[in-house]
Amino acid sequence: MRSLRPYSPAVLGAAALALLTGCLGSSESGSGDQDANRNADATKVELTIGSNSVKGGKNSAGATFVQDVLIPKFVAEQKGKGVDVTVRFQGDGSDDEVYKQKLSLDLSNKSGPDLFNIDGIWVGEFAQAGYIKPLTDTVGDAAKVDDWDGWKQIPEAVQQLGSFEGKRYGVPGGTDGRVLYFNKKLFQQAGLPADWQPKSWDEIIAAGEALKKLPGVTPIQLNAGTAMGEATTMQGVLPLLVGTGTGINPDGKWLGDTPKLRQVLDFYRKIYTTGLGDPVLQREAKGRDKSFAQFAANKIGILLEGDYFWRSVVEPKEGVAKMADRDTAVGYALVPAALPGAGVDGQDFVSMSGGGATAINPNTKFPQQAWELLQFMNSAEMVKASLDGAAKITQRNDVNAEVLAGDPMLNFVATRVLPITQYRPGLAEYPKISAALQQATADVVGGKTTEAAAMAYQKAVEAAAGGKDKVAGN
Amino acid sequence: MTSASAPVPVEPVQDRGPAGPGGSAGPGPERRGPAVDVAGLGVGRALGFVAPALLLIGAFLVFPAIWTIYIGITNYRLTGVEAVAPSIVGLSNYTKALDDALFHNALWLTLLFVLGSAIIGQNILGFTLAWVMRRTRPAVRRTVEAFVLLAWILPSTVVAYLWVAFFDRDGGTLNGILGTPGTAWLIDYPMACLVIFNTWRGTAFSMMLYSSALQAVPPSQLESARMVGASGWQTLRDVVFPHIRGHVLTNTLLISLWTANDFSPFLLTKGGPNHESETVPVYIYNVALQGGELGYSSAISFLLLIANLLVSLIYLRLLRRRS
Amino acid sequence: MTTFVVRRIGFYVLICAITLFFAVPMLWIASAPFDASPGLGVHWPDWTFENVRKTLEHPYAMRSMVNSLVICVTTAVAVTAFAALASYALSRVRIPGRDALLYGLLLLSSVVTGTAAMVPIFVMMFQLGLIDSRFGVALVMTGGLLPAAIFILKDFVDAVPKSYEESARVFGASTGQILRDVVLPVARPGLATIMVWAFVNSWGNFLVPFLLIRSIELQPGAVLMQTLTDEGGSVNLQVLPVFSLLFSIPVVVLYLLVNSRYGFRFHGGIKS
Repeated sequence: MRSLRPYSPAVLGAAALALLTGCLGSSESGSGDQDANRNADATKVELTIGSNSVKGGKNSAGATFVQDVLIPKFVAEQKGKGVDVTVRFQGDGSDDEVYKQKLSLDLSNKSGPDLFNIDGIWVGEFAQAGYIKPLTDTVGDAAKVDDWDGWKQIPEAVQQLGSFEGKRYGVPGGTDGRVLYFNKKLFQQAGLPADWQPKSWDEIIAAGEALKKLPGVTPIQLNAGTAMGEATTMQGVLPLLVGTGTGINPDGKWLGDTPKLRQVLDFYRKIYTTGLGDPVLQREAKGRDKSFAQFAANKIGILLEGDYFWRSVVEPKEGVAKMADRDTAVGYALVPAALPGAGVDGQDFVSMSGGGATAINPNTKFPQQAWELLQFMNSAEMVKASLDGAAKITQRNDVNAEVLAGDPMLNFVATRVLPITQYRPGLAEYPKISAALQQATADVVGGKTTEAAAMAYQKAVEAAAGGKDKVAGN
Repeated sequence: MTSASAPVPVEPVQDRGPAGPGGSAGPGPERRGPAVDVAGLGVGRALGFVAPALLLIGAFLVFPAIWTIYIGITNYRLTGVEAVAPSIVGLSNYTKALDDALFHNALWLTLLFVLGSAIIGQNILGFTLAWVMRRTRPAVRRTVEAFVLLAWILPSTVVAYLWVAFFDRDGGTLNGILGTPGTAWLIDYPMACLVIFNTWRGTAFSMMLYSSALQAVPPSQLESARMVGASGWQTLRDVVFPHIRGHVLTNTLLISLWTANDFSPFLLTKGGPNHESETVPVYIYNVALQGGELGYSSAISFLLLIANLLVSLIYLRLLRRRS
Repeated sequence: MTTFVVRRIGFYVLICAITLFFAVPMLWIASAPFDASPGLGVHWPDWTFENVRKTLEHPYAMRSMVNSLVICVTTAVAVTAFAALASYALSRVRIPGRDALLYGLLLLSSVVTGTAAMVPIFVMMFQLGLIDSRFGVALVMTGGLLPAAIFILKDFVDAVPKSYEESARVFGASTGQILRDVVLPVARPGLATIMVWAFVNSWGNFLVPFLLIRSIELQPGAVLMQTLTDEGGSVNLQVLPVFSLLFSIPVVVLYLLVNSRYGFRFHGGIKS
């Protein structure tokens, strides 16, 4: 009775399979052939801005600015030119990875918002997939793009954020920089100076040893492990790695198991096996949030973080882990190279930076108007307005000079950190290399030897990069 | 046309009170004769009844499924060069999976998860509840059932926060109860936490299924078992179990499948620490999103489907042996 | 006699322990929403309604609740209606390969709703022009839930004695009358149970609406909940607990309603 006769799935399957084959990678028909001046003279224009931010949620201030200030102002400005523009804001507000996936799905189907924010490290993979094109291609007129006066205000290093293989794919948004934060109250109790500035890794360890004597205090928080995700890479491995004198993708090859990598892992090992750090915290799903709370509660001595920590975490009024006495209690110092002069380019001090960029959808109906909106968005007036009175490091020098004057810490980042900072390579393989680095720190913190972790890392990088020849090892 | 259903139709029990006078003619195991068109539906109308469901399933389930299988033999990614021109890589995703230590780890953890939380946890707790609740006062019974069901119907995002708070290292409820401040349960014992969590989450289904199944056990047989002095365990094994065997198997199949494909572990631990709670669905998610390797993740999904299929076939075997 | 007392006590201890096991994890949602300094721990709250006010003021919180209702009511009704029709026909009329078909679909449904199928589903909905549509989301969810619903419901219908329909036919009732006046009343508790089940399952679904809906104004609560974080991705503990509580109310109300009217159970039970 239970005849297992093949029924509809097979039939449907045969019919469906015919359809399937054409549906992957449909974006090869070049959209670059489109006329860049399409609809240039339209008087009724519709544009959509996509961003991973939402009012009342993730990056609420950014969403509020776009919806309540930027869009009305742009609409008014265009009205003056006789163009009736409607701009829609398409906010998200989820994990970056999920946002990226959703955006990719849209773009691979030649739809999606006309302008969208992406992380600087996605520029390469989006460009390779044809989801974004060099601005000069999308806008059509190279001079029109290159002559924008905004470029002069954006430092060369920051422009990297929106560039890939030497071409500009988008206009960078604000950027940031990483420093060592320390709790001056704990430093005083441990007999350490309030103007602490370590010049080598050993001096960090020495300060940690002094802090270890205080009861209930974790001396050092250096993000590690896979639970923290990219925070481990950006606020841990990479700042250390550039302190040994190499980047993650030197000379176009991914860094493998080298003595410099082992040096970094050894440093992790030192911290997490000698009681200078809390290994359990690194494994917690909400470990980073917890580290913030503990720092604010005077339970962590030294913490490597970006300026976000200063602006939004320990910020006395609105921060997620408020410190009423932030300005007096929190100190900051440059991240030292392993030894003086041992950092990349022979630097004594190092840092890493990140940030996003806004790109134009190559399939927009209104490329010219989108470029106008992009310029408008990044004009000094709008960039300043986006801060809404807060101090934050923007992409524009002129704005920074004005708004950061009142905040010594951010000024410190803009003037001292940005000149020595490095950016991550925006290549498709990067996320997996980053994951491999996180895994290596997880291994070390979990008790494995540096050697075992480094060897496992080498294997992971070879798999991620697609071959031994793409990995620089020894 | 073996219309051998009970001569006296048994009223379906609609209220929640103790089972009515079911007598010995309870709805016993269904006769598996050729289904009979009692309502005069006719084949044409029957197909019309089935059509809307099949259309929807075909469009939104079968079609994407086949497509997923197809993606599984490509190196498709959502970004980068492979997004533009994915190529067919044959079975290399599958050979890669056979060699992938993380995938083996995920399979093993899924097995533990299903065994611990579904086959043992939900089954036993669900049956225990159904069994002891038979003769409890309605008020007690309603209260207990309410909590058990609440655990089942709350949205999973909410439930995840409840359990993160429960297991939390600082100030979590569990540490408060046990007096073990600072124990990071989700870090130190991630799989045990997930098993407990999923038992809590899913027991309601088994409880409901078993309590209706137990109504099919003729009270007279229970009575005779008591007369001959059978122990509780003997009664369960010799009187109750034979009547509910089909239910046990179906229940076990359903909850095993649901558990094996459950994504909520991600909401609690994200597969961490260090892949220690990365079950297959979580691994698929991580491969697809963090790694962007949609081809590989599709292949793993298909392997999961095969594993589900194997489990179901074993179950069908067991079920057929009952007669 | 004493053994009886001991057993009674043991019995109640067991019941208490089980109830506590189910109740204690829920304490957080009772205390945190009204706590002035909400954390992940459970403690007696420092009572305040500030969090509730903040949640109600959230620009999308209440709207997302409406979206959830629209999506999930559509899904639940569609699943129940289509599954009822299909399961009745499958139960009463012999269709070749029926069981194999059911099992096959059940297996597929568990896999396809996962992450790997997101590209096919997205591309398909895109081609159908159903992006940014709550109706589209409901359709996809319905397709995913139907196999299990038919599977469960068919056993319900199998358990309805055929003699009911036979007698009705003897008295000259038409097929429509039989379905409406005989089968439907008997199957109603089963249908109600399936409806709650479908509603609950779609209520918590994050991935499908997230993928298919573009406007934040149309996103359901399950998606909005993921956005309740600050700039760095830390959870907003002022809004989230209250929202969790509000978000749980509809499913609880629905359950209570169905339970008091029909009894929430798999009566008749699932066989094979």
